[in-house]
Amino acid sequence: MARSMNARRTRFLAENPSVLWFLAGLSCFVIAVTVLAEGSGVSILSTSMVKVLGMTLCLCLVAVAMDVVWGYCGILSLGHFAFFGLGGYAIGMWLMYARTQGIIVESLSQALIPPTPTEIKDAIATQIFGVVGSNELPLIWGFADSLTLQLLMVVLVPGLLALVFGWLAFRSRVTGVYLSILTQAMTLALSLYLFQNDTGLRGNNGLSGLQNIPGLEAWPQSTLALWFFWASALALGVGYVLFAWLVSGKFGSVIRAVRDNEARVRFLGYHVESYKLVVFTLTAVVSALAGALYYPQAGIINPAEIAPIASIYLAVWVAIGGRGRLYGAVIGAAVVSLASSWFTGGGAPDIELGFYRINWTDWWLVLLGFGFVAVTLFFPRGIGGLFDYLVRKS
Amino acid sequence: MTALLEVSGVSVTFDGFRAINNLSISIAEPELRAVIGPNGAGKTTFMDIVTGKTRPDKGKVLWGERSVSLLGMSESEIARVGIGRKFQKPTVFEEQSVGDNLAMALRNRREPFRVLFYRRSDADTARIREIAEEIGLADDLPRRAGDLSHGQKQWLEIGMLLAQDPRLLLVDEPAAGMTPAEREHTTDILKRAARTRAVVVIEHDMEFVRRLDCRVTVLHEGSVLAEGSLDHVTQNQQVIDVYLGR
Ligand SMILES: Nc1ncnc2c1ncn2[C@@H]1O[C@H](COP(=O)(O)OP(=O)(O)O)[C@@H](O)[C@H]1O
Ligand SMILES: [Mg+2]
Repeated sequence: MARSMNARRTRFLAENPSVLWFLAGLSCFVIAVTVLAEGSGVSILSTSMVKVLGMTLCLCLVAVAMDVVWGYCGILSLGHFAFFGLGGYAIGMWLMYARTQGIIVESLSQALIPPTPTEIKDAIATQIFGVVGSNELPLIWGFADSLTLQLLMVVLVPGLLALVFGWLAFRSRVTGVYLSILTQAMTLALSLYLFQNDTGLRGNNGLSGLQNIPGLEAWPQSTLALWFFWASALALGVGYVLFAWLVSGKFGSVIRAVRDNEARVRFLGYHVESYKLVVFTLTAVVSALAGALYYPQAGIINPAEIAPIASIYLAVWVAIGGRGRLYGAVIGAAVVSLASSWFTGGGAPDIELGFYRINWTDWWLVLLGFGFVAVTLFFPRGIGGLFDYLVRKS
Repeated sequence: MTALLEVSGVSVTFDGFRAINNLSISIAEPELRAVIGPNGAGKTTFMDIVTGKTRPDKGKVLWGERSVSLLGMSESEIARVGIGRKFQKPTVFEEQSVGDNLAMALRNRREPFRVLFYRRSDADTARIREIAEEIGLADDLPRRAGDLSHGQKQWLEIGMLLAQDPRLLLVDEPAAGMTPAEREHTTDILKRAARTRAVVVIEHDMEFVRRLDCRVTVLHEGSVLAEGSLDHVTQNQQVIDVYLGR
């Protein structure tokens, strides 16, 4: 039994050499960053740079999920970044609650009369919700004092939302552009809802201070950044292998068939809606987990993160990287998101034209737009398509 | 010999145009049946109704010993009770290999999680080989289905039908785009399949129908015009008028 498991694993890797190449590349990258990071003493890479790279790995993971749902199953979801954001909110609630609790317990410990648990709770509520003019802990923060329960929320909230939304949409056989619009509507509704002050998630203030991990106050940010970087790399590696396995077997065959001609798949006796629902929900959950790793590195989450445009960018990354080849999504997400922070963060020098000054903070989106159009028109297989030439040559 | 499929009094209207008009057909098991008729007679629509693609306005479609109605079922449920279909325009999954196309059609559990943990057994591999040999694609298993010739795609789709191992095969114009030799081979496959199952073949080509050597149903304007042996129906004056006379 064990031997056959091993044989199966070896066969899976042998039939999917790109998985091995990917894992090798990821490992080299992790080693290089670790050696150069501030946290390990060399300080060539600043802590904020390590955080950016860790966050980029999380973005790569959502992109891989997006490739499975779109590139393989043909569902152009323009809402997967909403699941990513929900994962961030779910973990952010614990981070913020537990940290505020720590601070308040510490400050009240000087008092002559020890505070009652109710007093502590009220003080936490006032501290967190003062900005939106409230001093009560909303109902949805009921689990926020427990890391385990809140981690469960990271999976359950986006998972159930995807399950219910997908069930309704797929059951009515909404497909193509109509489905994309529906997912955008869901994302827009969610982000507008979160912008309200009375929804219990601090309205447009969002959740902040997430880079401070309760219980690890003694750890410097440079060390924390490295640990989160490693965790993100591990998540990407595991997620990548999981999805590569998912799309490589007969299941992958069926979902690609659904993408190419779903009516025909029905006449073969497959319940197409169930397949779509499984893929949609599973990728939503993975997106949420990626979000839960991303936001402690970003330090802050607010409703703008869930804006519909974010989910559209996700599709652009996958298209630029090349659909239907998981490493394409990784390349697309990494290249475009890093280029984006370079251009918009003032990294790129302005171009002086005499009569006009090209300021990249403003012009980056135009450049991205042209890049997207160029890839769509001239390289429909995306950057990842270049590997096809390499493979054919060798 | 009770009927496997019993279609009775079925009518379908598309935007006021009555494509199927009080149609009744009964298919036994095993049986080989040819359905002929001029273009637009409603032959393909008949298959659409049986497979759940089109819902009739009225009438009954009953299946099997227990005479369950197919009308409330989804396309995939109908396929799972044992009805397989080959489309008029060959529809195979072009991006995937011939082998994967056949593997998907093989009669196995179809629930997502079963499929996720499915591993191709030796029996399945052998069955795929066997079907590939029968349809003349044994050397093409790793080939991309989209690279096959038109006739080969037709065969691949027939192979997928055989792999499904259905009780009733609905085959829409299988010989279109085939050479005479390929046509002959196709009749052999269909006749062999019909020894143990019900097979309904729509075909235009009279030579092909003659070689099938079976009961023939002539459709015209959505209903049955005549039924019987090929010689019987070709002597029917109405049939000569509407179909053969042109
Ligand atoms: N989905 C549809 N919508 C409108 N008209 C249809 C549809 N399907 C078939 N028809 C019409 O019904 C008639 C029968 O078509 P069909 O069953 O395809 O004929 P054939 O016997 O040639 O296979 C034709 O006139 C066709 O135009
Ligand atoms: Mg037809």
